Amino acid sequence: MIRKIVLPGSLVGDKSKLPGKGTFREGENIYSSRLGILEEKGKYVNVIPLSGVYIPNVGDTIIGVVEEVYRNGWIIDIKSPYSAFLSIENSPWEMGYGETSKYLKEKDIIIGIISNIDEAKNIDVSMKDKQCRKIEDGIVIDIQPSKVPRVIGKKGSMLSTIKRYTGCWIFVGQNGRIWLKGEDEKVNLAVEAIKKIEKEAHTFGLTERIIKMLGG
Amino acid sequence: MKDGLRIDGRKPDELRKIKIEAGVLYRADGSCYIEWGGNKILAAVYGPREALPRHIQNPTKALVNARYNMASFSVEERKKPGPDRRSTEISKVISEAFESVIFTELFPRTTIDICIEVLDAEAGTRCAGITAAAVALADAGIPMRDIPVACAAGKVEGVVVLDLTSDEDKEGEADLPVAIAPRTEEILLMQMDGHLTYKEFEEALELAIKGCREVAKLQKEALLRKYSKEVE
Amino acid sequence: MDISDLARLSSVKKDYLLKLAKEGKRCDGRKFDEYRDIKIESNILKNAEGSARVKIGNTMVIAGIKLEIGEPYADSPDKGALSTSAELPPLASPEFEPGPPTPEAIELARVVDRGIRESEYIEMEKLCITPGEKVWIVFIDLHIIDYDGNLFDTCLLAASAALQNAVIPNARFGLGENAPLPVRSPPVSCTFVKFDNAIVVDPCADEEEVADARFTVAIDENGDIRAMQKGLSGRFTIEEIKNNIKRAQFHASNIRKLLGEKK
Repeated sequence: MIRKIVLPGSLVGDKSKLPGKGTFREGENIYSSRLGILEEKGKYVNVIPLSGVYIPNVGDTIIGVVEEVYRNGWIIDIKSPYSAFLSIENSPWEMGYGETSKYLKEKDIIIGIISNIDEAKNIDVSMKDKQCRKIEDGIVIDIQPSKVPRVIGKKGSMLSTIKRYTGCWIFVGQNGRIWLKGEDEKVNLAVEAIKKIEKEAHTFGLTERIIKMLGG
Repeated sequence: MKDGLRIDGRKPDELRKIKIEAGVLYRADGSCYIEWGGNKILAAVYGPREALPRHIQNPTKALVNARYNMASFSVEERKKPGPDRRSTEISKVISEAFESVIFTELFPRTTIDICIEVLDAEAGTRCAGITAAAVALADAGIPMRDIPVACAAGKVEGVVVLDLTSDEDKEGEADLPVAIAPRTEEILLMQMDGHLTYKEFEEALELAIKGCREVAKLQKEALLRKYSKEVE
Repeated sequence: MDISDLARLSSVKKDYLLKLAKEGKRCDGRKFDEYRDIKIESNILKNAEGSARVKIGNTMVIAGIKLEIGEPYADSPDKGALSTSAELPPLASPEFEPGPPTPEAIELARVVDRGIRESEYIEMEKLCITPGEKVWIVFIDLHIIDYDGNLFDTCLLAASAALQNAVIPNARFGLGENAPLPVRSPPVSCTFVKFDNAIVVDPCADEEEVADARFTVAIDENGDIRAMQKGLSGRFTIEEIKNNIKRAQFHASNIRKLLGEKK
């Protein structure tokens, strides 16, 4: 299997295919809009980007940092060109108007879900899902959002591998922030493995090298 | 011109030596360094990022903001630091060249900032700057319809030639910088000063586009070189 | 190490850096008294009379030297003149904005200027063409290309390297053949920042962001002090300043070796 790098404007499909992520149709043909790796899934042609900012999609789970506290909610930095808004109604707590700072302060870290994006890219975050919470322990690290799929792996295989060898609790936000909890040494090892995946994301034989690095 | 060769030994349709390297800076989201003849130019891209102050935001698309700047030491007679009228005009036409190629509708309320710094100048800086900026945009992961490329042609001693040097620009009769989207060869930027008959213009345009095609190959090679280190 | 004490997000920098500092560590694995890798390349540009590109870690600066003929200062009619400026273009960092020089850019240029001027690196007496009327003016233009902390040391080193092999452009002004710019021994500076009680040399951008105070000292080839600047609003004790200077003498002599000899 050859992983083909394509560039903006590269021809990636004709009228028999459908344009997926990172592509656009012009006339009968499909072209890549990104610098990335070509992937064909059935009739869809996708381009997996090799770089770029996090572009939120409804349903993404993200790790956000509280930027500002308002009386009716909080502005959350989701590592995107757009900040997101968490309203009191979408928070997991019952509270009155103006009590927001009792629950989340500036610089607090949360797990949230992108619940709505309107045309002007105003983004709403919700914490009503059971995996959402305020992060109070462990550490959070940053990776390039374009590398998140590789850290997770096919059907979560890469992430399971890291968890298995380090015994750590690891939560990966779609926006490139990762929360880890565990014994110090094991957490450091997990972080090293993740940084290595970030660097070598699209090379062959990465899984084997990661297993070797983790002591397998 | 002697024996059909120019002062620097080139044929009328020959480009100067060009070297392109993608992803050369640490802080920028995307970057590119280009050497084109005696030009040495760095391009960096930041974004898309929130457009501030809020009142400049466009609610339907990203703003493309290119800034072309020449370092004081980039020219023979030192240039005072800061934008002058020439830089401001060049910044404007470069921003406009990229606007139609970038999928700006995907990023309302943001800016995409393109910084072009000329470190050493030798005629054709805006073409080299656009060429480098396009690579930097791809490096930064900005979605585009194509990778824009630019090249200039002109007229020297009555002969239409490709890619003028400083001397040819100074002594020549016309200068025609052109930027295109190479896939469709649509014109994104065109300026001209001097004197050309219609026929000479056609010749010059054809030469410039031919030059663009060659440079477009080098842009693609530079990106593939950087990224194939990450991908096998 | 208790995980619940550990800093949270890597971008909540101050807590994280302070936590590491208590254990004698820095965020990039260096010791408190350790410089990042330094790379110097000179004569990299054609139009400039002298040039150099210096990298300290990820920070990169290009210095260009241009010479012009002008009037001398009134109080030194038979000496050349020096003018230093620094540009912090948006290219180098998401935090730099276009516009006229900020107080930071001006302070940077003036401190580098002081280092070059007070060390008497350039033999200014040899830059006189007609006393009282025409002298060479040396322009040092510092162009920041990539910002990851410690612009002071990177800029002074770039200026020193650019001047080391610079040329007087006599030919362009009809004054004969070009000649090397006459220089003595270059100054080298060391910059320290303090956050909480930790003092570290050669700060990276994250460390500068959380720093309370900053100290730069320029040292000549004899280990003597030629220029100093304390910056930011925090404080140093006398002991700390004295110690910084001693460490600077050590580092400066090592860094000077990287500049090598004039070619």
